[in-house]
Amino acid sequence: MIQIRCPWCGPRGSAEFRYEGDVKTRPDPATATPQAWREYLYFPANPCGPVTETWYHRMGCQRFFTLKRDTATNEMWNLEEAPGD
Amino acid sequence: MEAARSADERRSGRASRPPRYSAFALLRHGLSGQPWPRVWHEQPLRPRYDVVIIGGGVHGLAAAYYLAANHGISNVAVLDKSYLGGGGSGRNTAILRSNYLTPEGVHFYDRSVQLYDNLSATLGYNVMFSKRGHLTLAHNDASLRTMRWRAEVNKLQGIDSDVIGPAEIKKLAPYLDTSAGVRYPILGALYHPPGGVVRHDAVNWGYARAAAHLGVHLHQNTEVTGIDVAGGRVLGVRTNRGAIATPVVVNCTAGWSTLIGDMAGVRLPIQTFPLQAAVTEPVKSFLHPVIVSGTLHVYVSQTDRGELVFGASVDPFTAYSTRGSLEFTEGLAGNVLQLMPALSKVRLLRQWAGLCDMTPDFSPVMGPTDVEGFYVDVGWGTYGFKAGPVSGEAMAECIASGRTPEIIAPFALSRFGAGHLVGEKGAAAVGH
Repeated sequence: MIQIRCPWCGPRGSAEFRYEGDVKTRPDPATATPQAWREYLYFPANPCGPVTETWYHRMGCQRFFTLKRDTATNEMWNLEEAPGD
Repeated sequence: MEAARSADERRSGRASRPPRYSAFALLRHGLSGQPWPRVWHEQPLRPRYDVVIIGGGVHGLAAAYYLAANHGISNVAVLDKSYLGGGGSGRNTAILRSNYLTPEGVHFYDRSVQLYDNLSATLGYNVMFSKRGHLTLAHNDASLRTMRWRAEVNKLQGIDSDVIGPAEIKKLAPYLDTSAGVRYPILGALYHPPGGVVRHDAVNWGYARAAAHLGVHLHQNTEVTGIDVAGGRVLGVRTNRGAIATPVVVNCTAGWSTLIGDMAGVRLPIQTFPLQAAVTEPVKSFLHPVIVSGTLHVYVSQTDRGELVFGASVDPFTAYSTRGSLEFTEGLAGNVLQLMPALSKVRLLRQWAGLCDMTPDFSPVMGPTDVEGFYVDVGWGTYGFKAGPVSGEAMAECIASGRTPEIIAPFALSRFGAGHLVGEKGAAAVGH
């Protein structure tokens, strides 16, 4: 099992978390073209290397946070820290 | 006249069969103690091919074979960055079936099972297809309802598939715990008698041998580093062994398919997830059919050698890493013991992982793309092995004729723009 460091709870086993997917900006529904929506819905980033993604600590603090992870090695870099740390 | 006949024979595949093995010669060679000869030989890399197929797994090798055998196009190269059949084609759990949920899916996989039926004779190589029956267990009313739905879709398409009750299940697989008092009681199963298992390495080697016999070049340890595209069409590929000029490139690279797509400027709706599997020490033969439980995320079959092969659903997050995890093994063992408590003393021999190219609707992406000459046969996720022969046949026809065959038309890349997704999640996410 790999460990993921939650900014609020510290390092925990990955089974405590849910993978939400790569970070991408939701297009504005008022102005987005169908093409832009389809890109947003169906065409995720899939690099073999570092990717910025969202995780959810479902069995801990139940907060969302972003981190950078190398998909080839599962090496991770936290991008957020809890306030006051 | 003579030339016309031989072209005819080539199309029918009769004149082009690789040499047959004789039982006597095999026995004599086996007794001689000499090493076995290779079934195909390396050729030098040509500077130009009519078709370059990237990915030397069952899909790429089958496409190459059918291009040569059915369409007479043999100036074909299959490139693999590692060894033939070293990706998903050699890592899957070798299960074949056609009891899918959508009519498009059922039609497609049924053709694949037909091709597998005759594959040993076609290729002159025993692929050990063993039709032992396939049981998809239902542990709750909702699954049972989906099984009935699937059975009716299957019957309409002429597929042998039916829902059976616990008493019949017990007869087919006596070691399954069909008692009512367990956490996930077995309420019924979708029974698919033509389903079974096949020796996956033999399928790869059989296609490689037959394709090489027809003049196809197989290049191992040849990694594609770039694809040259100009004016919206493919000009060639660059590899770690030099450049190759070609008007047609086929992407058959499964878990790595978005990386190859990006080289040609074609974005694909795919994410790469590892899928883990495991095998036990060999035990005396006791399990005839293939057992699948979608609720418990596990499928089990026993090989001819007696090992139990277990597979699961994909890992919960994307990765290009094929390392196994203890978490997976523990979860898998727990789920298998729910189904067959008698296995508690059996030891695991090894575990491994393969990369799955998952699409949003659990159906593949096949056919031409916006870049002329760049074809894809990807998005095969967790169900690619059983579709190898039919995919190869259809992709070969697509490339040779320039038209998309009807059998793969529903799986075009353009469906994500048009909104015509082919939702196979119910039948393909776990049920292998």
